[in-house]
Amino acid sequence: MDDVEAIAALRDPVRRRLYEYVAAQDHEVSRNEAAEAMGVQRTLAAFHLDKLAEAGLLETTGRRLTGRSGPGAGRPAKLYRRAAAERVVSVPPRDYRTAAELLAEAAEEAELDERLWRAARLRGRELARDAGPVRGLDEAEALLARRGYEPVREQTPAGAVLRMRNCPFHVLSERFPPLVCGMNLALLEGAFEGSADLAPRMDPRPGWCCTVLAASKNNED
Amino acid sequence: MLGGMSDFHLAQFNFARLRAPLDAPEMAGFLALRDPLNALAEGTPGYVWRPVSPVEGADEWPYGPDVLINYSVWESRETLWEYAYRSGHLEAMRRRREWFERAAEVYQVLWWIPAGHRPGPDECVERLELLRREGPGPRAFTFRTPYTAAEAARAEAEHATITQLDAARAG
Repeated sequence: MDDVEAIAALRDPVRRRLYEYVAAQDHEVSRNEAAEAMGVQRTLAAFHLDKLAEAGLLETTGRRLTGRSGPGAGRPAKLYRRAAAERVVSVPPRDYRTAAELLAEAAEEAELDERLWRAARLRGRELARDAGPVRGLDEAEALLARRGYEPVREQTPAGAVLRMRNCPFHVLSERFPPLVCGMNLALLEGAFEGSADLAPRMDPRPGWCCTVLAASKNNED
Repeated sequence: MLGGMSDFHLAQFNFARLRAPLDAPEMAGFLALRDPLNALAEGTPGYVWRPVSPVEGADEWPYGPDVLINYSVWESRETLWEYAYRSGHLEAMRRRREWFERAAEVYQVLWWIPAGHRPGPDECVERLELLRREGPGPRAFTFRTPYTAAEAARAEAEHATITQLDAARAG
């Protein structure tokens, strides 16, 4: 299925909400869970989940939720998770990804890390200016969600942090990790410079964005 | 026979020129990170081996003084990659210009070895030279242009045959 058709599959509002729900979970989602969360019939949820899987937007796995196996254990429950493939549609056709990869390759070869991070910090400040002042983790969470980071709140011994499930620069961050993850950190540093109670820092983990946003303890909302 | 993936491990070697001697104050930030990062590596799934004693511009390396040498063995490209770029090690990579000179040449190489083999300095230097001379190939490559263990095994076998023929011709 091509990208246009895959994205067109999200046109139905129920289907789109289901997709967003599955994408936001840190576990694979069963039909029952999705139906309950959306407040729709299980058969309707199943129909839309399978349409999303057909479109290549979700991936499915089968697992017996009860842990039983062998005869009598029943059919394994179908579980859904977001597909790793990226879908982009541009009309008219544009190819910014190739341009970005070539620019990153040149920047890395020329060791322009510091220059790139300076530009990213300035851009972050601009974003903050447009968004207005951000205070506390709740407001930060909303801003990060709008930028596509899919933030999740996590309690750590040092206080609450927002950890990001999605890296908006995923492909580049895998090809040029120090350069691009450093760029992302600088962007967020710029964006939260004016928020005295919030501090982005690197805390990489496989499968997550490499940056977390920490609330300083005194001002935690 | 080429064997399964688990018959081969991935070796990595890199060196970096220090901006100041290791005991200089400007290197304190790096020194503070070094032992915790080595401990982190050893606790990372897929880690196999690294030389025990730290190696700093020792005599067996042709890179001169004030050089930091790093080499280790991993089960796969993925496990090494996750450690290098998706652990606390990434922050050290991001800040490397504070402590190390700009690299004028290729300074890092990856290659497949039979599981259990422990590469020595000569082998590390040889693989880096190969990468510099010929660019990425199955016997010496980079993260961005990787080769599989099977491709490496075929290339090593060919290389061994050619070396033997050359030796026979010379003798």
